[in-house]
Amino acid sequence: MAPLLTLDGITQVFNLGQNRRVRAVEEVSLSVDPGEILCVVGESGCGKSTTGRMAAGLLRPSGGRVLFQGSDIWQLKGDAYNTYRRAVQIVHQDPYSSLNPVRTIFQALSAPLYRHNLVKDQAEARRRVVELLELVDLTPAHEILGKYPHQLSGGQRQRVSIARALTVQPQFIVADEAVSMVDVSIRASLLNMLFRLNKQLGVSFLFITHDLALAKHFAWQGRIAVMYLGRVVEVGPTTQVINSPSHPYTKALLSAIPEPDPEVTRSKQRIELRSLEIPSLLRLPSGCAFHPRCPVWEEGLCDTQRPPLKELPGGQLVACHVAARKDDLEGVG
Amino acid sequence: MAQLARKDEPGQAETPQSNGAIRFLRLMRRNRVGFVGFLFVIAVLLLVLVGPLVVELDTKTHVDRIYAAPSWEHPFGTDHQGRDVWAQIVHGGREIIFVAALTAVIATSIAITLGSLSAFVGGKVDALLLGAADVVLTIPQFPLLAVLAGFIKLSNTTSIAIILGLLDWPVLLRAVRSQVLSIREREYVQAVQSLGLGTGHIIFREILPNMLSYITITFILGMTGAMYAQVGLILLGLVPMSTNNWGVMIYLAWVRGAIFFKDSILYILAPIGAIALFQLALVSTARSLEEVFNPRLRVGE
Amino acid sequence: MPAISKGKVILSVRDLEAEYTSRRGAVRALRRVSLDLHQGEVLALIGESGCGKSTLGFALTRLLPSSARVVGGSIIYRQANGTEYDVLKLQPESLRAFRWKESAMMLQSALNAFSPVRRICDHFLDTARAHGWNDRAAVLQKTADLLGLVQLDAGRVSGAYPHELSGGMRQRVLLALALLLEPRILILDEPTTALDILTQRTIIDLLRNLQRTLGFAMIFISHDLSIAAELADRVATMYAGRIVEIADVYDSFYRPAHPYTHGLIRAVPRLGGNDQELVSIPGSPPDLVGRAAGCSFHPRCPMATDRCRKEDPPTTAVGASHLVECFHWERVTSAVDFAEEG
Repeated sequence: MAPLLTLDGITQVFNLGQNRRVRAVEEVSLSVDPGEILCVVGESGCGKSTTGRMAAGLLRPSGGRVLFQGSDIWQLKGDAYNTYRRAVQIVHQDPYSSLNPVRTIFQALSAPLYRHNLVKDQAEARRRVVELLELVDLTPAHEILGKYPHQLSGGQRQRVSIARALTVQPQFIVADEAVSMVDVSIRASLLNMLFRLNKQLGVSFLFITHDLALAKHFAWQGRIAVMYLGRVVEVGPTTQVINSPSHPYTKALLSAIPEPDPEVTRSKQRIELRSLEIPSLLRLPSGCAFHPRCPVWEEGLCDTQRPPLKELPGGQLVACHVAARKDDLEGVG
Repeated sequence: MAQLARKDEPGQAETPQSNGAIRFLRLMRRNRVGFVGFLFVIAVLLLVLVGPLVVELDTKTHVDRIYAAPSWEHPFGTDHQGRDVWAQIVHGGREIIFVAALTAVIATSIAITLGSLSAFVGGKVDALLLGAADVVLTIPQFPLLAVLAGFIKLSNTTSIAIILGLLDWPVLLRAVRSQVLSIREREYVQAVQSLGLGTGHIIFREILPNMLSYITITFILGMTGAMYAQVGLILLGLVPMSTNNWGVMIYLAWVRGAIFFKDSILYILAPIGAIALFQLALVSTARSLEEVFNPRLRVGE
Repeated sequence: MPAISKGKVILSVRDLEAEYTSRRGAVRALRRVSLDLHQGEVLALIGESGCGKSTLGFALTRLLPSSARVVGGSIIYRQANGTEYDVLKLQPESLRAFRWKESAMMLQSALNAFSPVRRICDHFLDTARAHGWNDRAAVLQKTADLLGLVQLDAGRVSGAYPHELSGGMRQRVLLALALLLEPRILILDEPTTALDILTQRTIIDLLRNLQRTLGFAMIFISHDLSIAAELADRVATMYAGRIVEIADVYDSFYRPAHPYTHGLIRAVPRLGGNDQELVSIPGSPPDLVGRAAGCSFHPRCPMATDRCRKEDPPTTAVGASHLVECFHWERVTSAVDFAEEG
């Protein structure tokens, strides 16, 4: 099956003026198949949001290509471009700024329907909007239509954002921390709803989050990509990445996360890193960007040569000299 | 078990949808200063529009009443020809306000269209429009008008408004442009872009409705600027003095030296005061309008 | 009813009520909250937005904003020498002595509380001076010690300006600053919320070590259950302005008695184990304006009955030091035992 969306070595360099350039995203290659869920995880500054925006076509890559069904989206014109534009949608993190405060819910949701001639008249638009609201569990839908965003709770606003993304019947949704600013008790409901959309409508997801437990849950049958300082350091099936991580950074992250279970979390083995300082994107370390903090780094190798993404026997890709070699040896021995 | 969606309670209680006009007034009332200004604007507009039908303009000369002191019959006294100043105030507002409004409409329309296009599209279009704005900005207004006065008869109020409007838009354009630039970065604009809603929709249905209070302020600034410009034109003698006009009153009073004498000072202060107070009222109104146009500011907490 | 726990009680909150003013009426953010804090214990206040946990934290140090006020109840503090007084009744001078010396607070927004034109050491000196401690050399020595305790390079950090430090470092400086006068109580509001995973881990471990070493009692306020699982001795769950359950941390997580606590635990994804079903709690928190009858959680509760709608549930003791406000707590505890899961 050909991938639906492919990020082919995309790079994003932000120019801050005075010759200061931030390489926010560096040669990221990921692909998502139809109906698949890919989670991109990492800490702040790792470039996951920027990657998401490039995937959604909102930011042009400084290098590399974004391919939709095999075609470079920045080369598309006319009908082909319209098809792409409708097929890939984005849902943002902040329920407070993702909806236009001066438009009612009905206006916000009907605009794309009219624009793309998906409905014939206002009556049909109303019916379709009600359908969409029910699809995201916003009931009673009729009462929501005339409201303004500030009259809804955070969780409801996020549902409206998702409904808006669904108006054009997308095949792919980029969810950028879409549930992070919502209460925990509501989060589960939103996540289950997104999962249902994936299963029933076959919508693929690029789910960006800093919460690994959330990523594990949402992408349990999919894949996770871990980013650090602009690069993908590990990517593979969720079960692999979470249960048997290969990259030292992934291992450190997983060991550091507290769990909602006192016995488990208090007895968890923590991995100590060599340094607590996060390098600035303006002055990236030489070789492997993680080496100043890595507990298993090798002098002469990790600080001089940047590790490429290598495939391991388990199916995941890892960018680490040590991890790649270790599994090589284990494969041999 | 608990998967069925129960009705999510709304974030805040909303007052029932009452009559639009009543709601408008209620919202305007929230800002005291603004509301007073609003009432004053209405009062002045009524005065200058309806007043002339009620108050008669005195056109004859009354030598016995030159620069008479304020009295019940002549609330602001009389002018150098014994004519009632109050009546002149009542009759003199219509034209100046009308020209100011028309100028503002023209200037604001140009500024909004070009400003949002410039901010939204960016790149070469932006550079071009900014350049054009700068060029127009550097043209000295009054000398140009003086030159034009030689070629075109500036007696028609509409033509004055058009010319002023065409000269006033650059400053407004920059203000609109920077506001649009900031709104453009907001998430809901990005979301709508990915829905493929098109530049026109985004500018006119998503961005500009968020700028209504800003646009109103722009309009009001346009009006204030235009009123001053008119007075300037009149004082420089570039515009024929045939009509009744606060600006003409100022000119005539000035030329007669009304500012130097205690008896005549009301003659020049009345139109100046009228213009100044009207401008002040307009600006205060803008503050109240901000709450009306921004639904978020209306929330209880 | 005070719960039986280790150590003496140093803070006793009884029937605390606080309100915010709003255009729609008084918002009752705290509705008769009672709890005890013991010497050297770590108490977690857990809840979601609008439950009143932050309000409680502010009320305890009398840092409520001007739009809010305490309208009832008492906060009795017992000093080391045995004297007791109501914090709410303190006059400005005594309040200042109470703040920072007896009880210090670290707010979520305090990362912005640094003065950009004063060095870090100046912040410490200023704070000391404000509380009557004028021995410059001694303060600086203490500062260096504390910065070392929070794993910062005192030599480098002490003379630095706030903007020269990263967010994580500033958080640790705030921690050191809070401990300057050796308070017996430390109150933290969302101490790890804005932090990255690895930085968060450092702060959690730091808090644990400091608390064990210096022995202060700690109240931390969070919406994150995992932090409670890490650090707390006891966990109090708050909902709609009340403490609906308070228990030992193991009881809270493995044998919760309130449907809300139970629901929260089931809604949080776990890293360990296999795939799990996340169950959410439908609906949203109630309007805190006005006084509604019955249990505030009943509209969202899967076990609600008519009784819950009409009557206020009483505080029931489920076990030693485990209190809950629910008519049906027995049904909750007889549901799945979390300790046996995953």
